[in-house]
Amino acid sequence: MSLFKKSPWLLHYNCSSCNGCDIEVLAALTPMYDLERFGIINTGNPKHADVLLVTGSVNDQNLEVIRSLYAQMPDPKVVVGVGICALSGGIFAQCYNVHGGAAAAVPVDLYVPGCAARPESIIDGVIKAVEILQQKADAMRGRRRTATAAAREAA
Amino acid sequence: MELLLFLILFPLLPAGLIVLIPHFTTRKIVARSSAAIMAATSIWLAWRCLVGGPEYFHLEAGTIDATMFGLEILIAAYLLYRCRGLPPRRLWIPALVVVQLLAMVGLEFGGQLPHVDRPLYADHFSVIMALIIGIIGSLTAVYSIGYMTEYHNHHPEIPVRRRRFFFTVFVFLSAMFGIVFSNSLSWLFFFWEVTTVCSFVLIGYARTEEAKFSSFHALGLNLLGGIGFLMAIGFEAYFAGEPTLDVDRLIAAGPALAMVPAAGIAFAGLAKAAQLPFSRWLLSAMVAPTPVSALLHSSTMVKAGVFVLVKFAPVFRGTTEGLLLALVGGITFLVTSLVAVSQNNAKRVLGCSTVANLGLVGMCAGVGTPETVWAAVLLIIFHAVAKALLFLGVGPIEHRIGSRNIELMEGLITTRPALGAIMIIGICGMFLAPFGMLISKYAALKALMDSNVLLAGLLAFGSAPTLFFWAKWMGKIVSIPHRPSDVVGPISLDKWVALGTLALGTLGACVFFPWAARWFVEPCVRHAYGATPGLATGGTAVMVGMLLVLFLLPLLYVVLPVPAVRAEGYLAGIGVERGAAFRGAMGKVHEVDMRNYYLSSFFDEHVLMRWGIRVCAALAFAMVVVSWI
Amino acid sequence: MDMTGVGGALLFLIGAPFAGGLLAGADRIVTARMQGRIGPPLLQPFYDVGKLFQKSRLVVNPFQPFYLWGFLAFLLVAGALFFSGGDLLLTVFALAVAGVFLALGAFSANTPYSHIGAERELLQMMAYEPMLLIAVLGLYQSTGSFLVRDILGSDRPPLVELPGVFLGFLFILTIKLRKSPFDLSTSHHGHQEVVKGITTDYSGPDLALIEVAHWYENVLLLGFVCLFFVPLHPALGIALAIATYLLEVFVDNTHARLRWQHTVKLSWWTGAALGLANLAILDLIR
Repeated sequence: MSLFKKSPWLLHYNCSSCNGCDIEVLAALTPMYDLERFGIINTGNPKHADVLLVTGSVNDQNLEVIRSLYAQMPDPKVVVGVGICALSGGIFAQCYNVHGGAAAAVPVDLYVPGCAARPESIIDGVIKAVEILQQKADAMRGRRRTATAAAREAA
Repeated sequence: MELLLFLILFPLLPAGLIVLIPHFTTRKIVARSSAAIMAATSIWLAWRCLVGGPEYFHLEAGTIDATMFGLEILIAAYLLYRCRGLPPRRLWIPALVVVQLLAMVGLEFGGQLPHVDRPLYADHFSVIMALIIGIIGSLTAVYSIGYMTEYHNHHPEIPVRRRRFFFTVFVFLSAMFGIVFSNSLSWLFFFWEVTTVCSFVLIGYARTEEAKFSSFHALGLNLLGGIGFLMAIGFEAYFAGEPTLDVDRLIAAGPALAMVPAAGIAFAGLAKAAQLPFSRWLLSAMVAPTPVSALLHSSTMVKAGVFVLVKFAPVFRGTTEGLLLALVGGITFLVTSLVAVSQNNAKRVLGCSTVANLGLVGMCAGVGTPETVWAAVLLIIFHAVAKALLFLGVGPIEHRIGSRNIELMEGLITTRPALGAIMIIGICGMFLAPFGMLISKYAALKALMDSNVLLAGLLAFGSAPTLFFWAKWMGKIVSIPHRPSDVVGPISLDKWVALGTLALGTLGACVFFPWAARWFVEPCVRHAYGATPGLATGGTAVMVGMLLVLFLLPLLYVVLPVPAVRAEGYLAGIGVERGAAFRGAMGKVHEVDMRNYYLSSFFDEHVLMRWGIRVCAALAFAMVVVSWI
Repeated sequence: MDMTGVGGALLFLIGAPFAGGLLAGADRIVTARMQGRIGPPLLQPFYDVGKLFQKSRLVVNPFQPFYLWGFLAFLLVAGALFFSGGDLLLTVFALAVAGVFLALGAFSANTPYSHIGAERELLQMMAYEPMLLIAVLGLYQSTGSFLVRDILGSDRPPLVELPGVFLGFLFILTIKLRKSPFDLSTSHHGHQEVVKGITTDYSGPDLALIEVAHWYENVLLLGFVCLFFVPLHPALGIALAIATYLLEVFVDNTHARLRWQHTVKLSWWTGAALGLANLAILDLIR
């Protein structure tokens, strides 16, 4: 069953940015786009989330924060970088305290382009990310199955 | 009869020996062995009573009465001596002593005191009390041996007066046996006063200003309650239609003849059981060493207060006085449960909860139907065991963490697993299904519904804060601390014996309570009413089922694999050091520190107590007045 | 316990998750419609729980799941007791044990959000417990028994004699169903100030267990509502219970969250003014 596709729960974290993408993410979560149709819920808690939406560039202040949030998400999980800053650091890339895009802190599975990214493309990105999430889940189950089989053989 | 006299007189032997023997180790052996003898004798007595049924004993009491009178005068003289130098606004305390003395002399030489034919008795109820005193009392005495040594190590400023301590404890035990076996009002009064004095001495043990203040507070209020007793005896001597001082005949006489003495004794009982308006003495008595709180102020002495209430319950059945008494109990239950929410001192929480539960017993006694008395006796048993366990558990914890603050008990279940488990058992025993207190609350709710809906409502409202303050305390104990901390210090064997027995008792009480109910509680109610409510068997099965679930769960949890990945707790992503701290503004690292809710401005202790005291004082006063009308 | 009793208990143990899940799905659709949205499919709660069961379990300490098991176990005990026609008072006591277990689990994690959630959960319990007991007492007063099977046998709806108690019960039902304005302990939506309160530090299968436990709890509570309508046709009783649930959803969507002070005060006053007064009047009339 492809349950992960039917129920992706989001966590949204805004690193340092101009807040444009941040606001667009929130716009995508408004009743107008009604993401709950796809089972998407904005959880606000890494321990409940499957998809991490990162906006903005990673700097000294938030490097540890985003790593910590990512570590507190249970497997399987995917990370979506939203907007140009999350891709490369954007216009902040050259700042003295900026490490770069989201990939500077956590493994990113998918990028959504735009400055700022439009709600429609964010939704599109999440739906694509969910497919990766499902693949990861299947792989995880496969690993678990092999592990049990191996354990049985060993016994 | 010999057995009863033995139980009353025997504790005086170790009391005397402890004063005389200079050698510490020998004293310890005396205390341990006499505690064992007392416990064994009370169990033997219980067996005899189970087989033989209640017995009343004839005794030629001339010399005994004279001795008691002499001792009463000595006690009064001792109290007056101790009262010297009291500030003027507390001179009412020696005044009360003088009033009582004069009244006693007047009664004694007035020549009107009815003769008591059978001053001693043992029925099922007094045997239940004797078991509580004999077993819990002796366990506490054993526990105190280790505790007092440690107490003085922790409080070097307090002069060591251990001999006086143990002397008073054993005299107190003797007096408690006296209370539960006396069928004569004047004997009952004598033993009653002895417990008051013992409590006074033990509360004031530390001789600090606070201890002195509290001890006089307790003395004054208990002497005030004693006036109620004198009223009862005086009424029988001068005003009664059929004068008698035999408690059983008095109760059998019914409300028409025995209402005035019953109300007077109920007044005394309210004071001794620290019900509102008297409750403050028990809360301030918590300065006493912990075994004293466990023995006097939770499982035995205050139980004597509700013991007489329940004893006289048949008289109160269906009367206005009974309703007033029940209201005092109910309001005390509600108010002190609310007050307990705002306390973070473990002993004060226990004190509040003791007063509250005694209020529940008082409420049942005031209603006075067989069903409520059934519930009341069960409450007395369960409460005595679980509360003693909690008090004795708090003792070593206090010495380990250096405080009585509940907040500092965080993570006890990992730092001192055995102590933590004991506290959890005790707390569960106080408020959670399927443990003891809840069984009795269940019975009380059913019984109250059949007699007075508003009283059942009081119980419903009072139970809710109980749940809150116990659960949050338990929450503190099970919180897993983020940093390793060690709560060191060995706990002596004496203490483990007491704690272990009581913990097993609390657990055992809910496994074996159907039998306990059938053997002790039901005969006890049948003796008073001629009939007894049975136990709803369906309910018992469910309770046992729940207990089974509680025992199976941890087992299952150990057996079944629960694959899990450790992660730090959610701290909005800014946690550091595995969630023990977080990085705030400007990179400053703050410790994560959680405190319980005490809602102290919402449930203001002073406001609640003030109103509780006013209302209950009016009700208790009305009870006495109505009984004369 | 007779055969119908065992049957009732089994029906609850097996059927309640399905009924509760559908109810939760309907809840989400109705909520969405009230906000001018289409909302998720009816089976969405099942998808969510299924997914959560497939995720890995993160714990702060290994004791956390244990308390959850206690929570679920005592909910099952309460529900089985209720649907086998057992003692209503014991059902309420078992519910309280379940609630305490849930709070202890959060206390055990010892993190700020869990801690606040646990404290608030206990506050909520303190708020609703009196009225819940009064509702049981009211049913006893009206029908003369604490046993569900006897209450089911009564010849006229207890509601006739207990309008105040019923209203009071509806009031605290809002707290029990974790609906606004009283969703203090879980804050209902994860992106609000206490994150998810009492469930913050649970994840994956544990979270799924909490969700399933809530379904059980909701079905049990609606069963409780049905008791007020008993001698009516069962279908009508169930329809009325579902209508009650929809009313709660309506309240949920039209109210902002209250502070705990109001929650405690309001529910105690409601308990006294509607519940206890109803009992007293009934006592006088008889």
